[in-house]
Amino acid sequence: MATTLRVNGSNHELSVDSRVTLLDALRDVLGLTGTKKGCDQGACGACTVIIDGQRVLSCLTLTAACEGQDIVTIEGLATGGDLHPVQAAFLHCDGFQCGYCTPGQILSAVCAVQEVQAGVPSHVTRDVRQTVNAATLTDEEIRERMSGNLCRCAAYPNIVAAVRQVLTHEVRP
Amino acid sequence: MKAFTFQRVAVAREAASAVAGRSATMFLAGGTTLVDLMKVDVLTPDSVVDVRHLGLSSIDVSDHAIAVGAAVTNSQLAWHPVVRDRYPVLSEAILSGATTQIRNMATVGGNILQRTRCPYFRDVEASCNRRQPGSGCDALNGFNRGHAVLGVSEDCIATHPSDMCVALAVLDADIHTMRTDGTARSIPFVDFHRLPGDTPHIEVALEHGELITHIVIPHLPAARRSHYLKVRDRASYEFALASAAVVLDLEGDTIHAARLGLGGVATKPWRATQAELMLTGRKATDDAFRAAAETALAEAVGREHNHFKIELAQRTIVRAFAAARDREI
Repeated sequence: MATTLRVNGSNHELSVDSRVTLLDALRDVLGLTGTKKGCDQGACGACTVIIDGQRVLSCLTLTAACEGQDIVTIEGLATGGDLHPVQAAFLHCDGFQCGYCTPGQILSAVCAVQEVQAGVPSHVTRDVRQTVNAATLTDEEIRERMSGNLCRCAAYPNIVAAVRQVLTHEVRP
Repeated sequence: MKAFTFQRVAVAREAASAVAGRSATMFLAGGTTLVDLMKVDVLTPDSVVDVRHLGLSSIDVSDHAIAVGAAVTNSQLAWHPVVRDRYPVLSEAILSGATTQIRNMATVGGNILQRTRCPYFRDVEASCNRRQPGSGCDALNGFNRGHAVLGVSEDCIATHPSDMCVALAVLDADIHTMRTDGTARSIPFVDFHRLPGDTPHIEVALEHGELITHIVIPHLPAARRSHYLKVRDRASYEFALASAAVVLDLEGDTIHAARLGLGGVATKPWRATQAELMLTGRKATDDAFRAAAETALAEAVGREHNHFKIELAQRTIVRAFAAARDREI
């Protein structure tokens, strides 16, 4: 079927089978291989992309369902040669080892930071009526908010450090 | 995945009629259940109708209730300031389930209609009366550690996986629908999901093609003192072994009314009405909560690997009520 995908600010006219997931369309049709296929069943988070400002799983998203939506992948995060602050923090904190989960981790972290800045609670927030505070967020909060992204190398301590660095503005946007 | 056609429609009436009379057509919302199960050939629609663009995406707050569109995402509902303030049990339940990515995709209507995570349901090589009526149930004598102990039958012991639904059950939500002829009706939440009995494949009270349009959660001042406690194998991103949704209406240290829902242990979002009644007029002590918990699990039926859930659920209930009692409101 014919559909239009808007990815990283550009429109792409595609003709794809209705079974094709957004993950496969990004990688195999558009050649944007930064988005990774891990489990392909919604368990690992490697395929995380941002659609209309929200982090979602591209492996459980049908391409045909994305018409009219604004998709951001890892390839669209930097501005020219300037890394996004979350990318810079992952480099600075060594928040990866093999790197396979890293695009998903970074896109997830971009949104996690925005969610914290918006003050919304997580499962570990002591009282959901509270507005959470970026400056005093616990490591437990960061781990919970990033729990949708698995890392087989277990780079978790440095991933938490990278997210904290962005939250506390040690890396300037 | 079996081939299918994809349709997007713009109004609810059109969606209902696109599915009416076509048994192999299904509604698609967030896709976190449907696309997942289509990949493993458990669900094989020949056509899907995208129902995320029908104008069912608002949360309308009044003094008497909140009305939540079926296409509102789980995140939007959990993060809504009025939901967090009036119904903390609902925010907590939603936030305890899945991950942010999945909650951003999954809709309220889809969460209500999500399918069991029973591994035999998800494996087309296994016998499963829910997936294929009359084929048997491999869970009865199989690996059934995650399975239900309440509401079970000799044909099915699959656990209902939702956290959100347990909170909606205790909040006495109503599910509003549109039938294929365009007429609307509402179904009390506790009547929506069916016990498996000898027809486990019939899971909910919907007719084919009937579309959930929104849910209405009545205002319940006592729900400010509410809590959802989930016990599981991992700290995050895991289904419940046992969970409890509780509401306590206290007058001093005496219980005026209590509500109790259970997840992870039952074949549908479970409301423990007898246990609730036992608490009325009692002092809000751990002993009272323990007695209610014993009543809530009195009819539980354990199997080889899930006997532990009967005690675990009782401890979960006591802890959940104690946390609600001690909550600052």
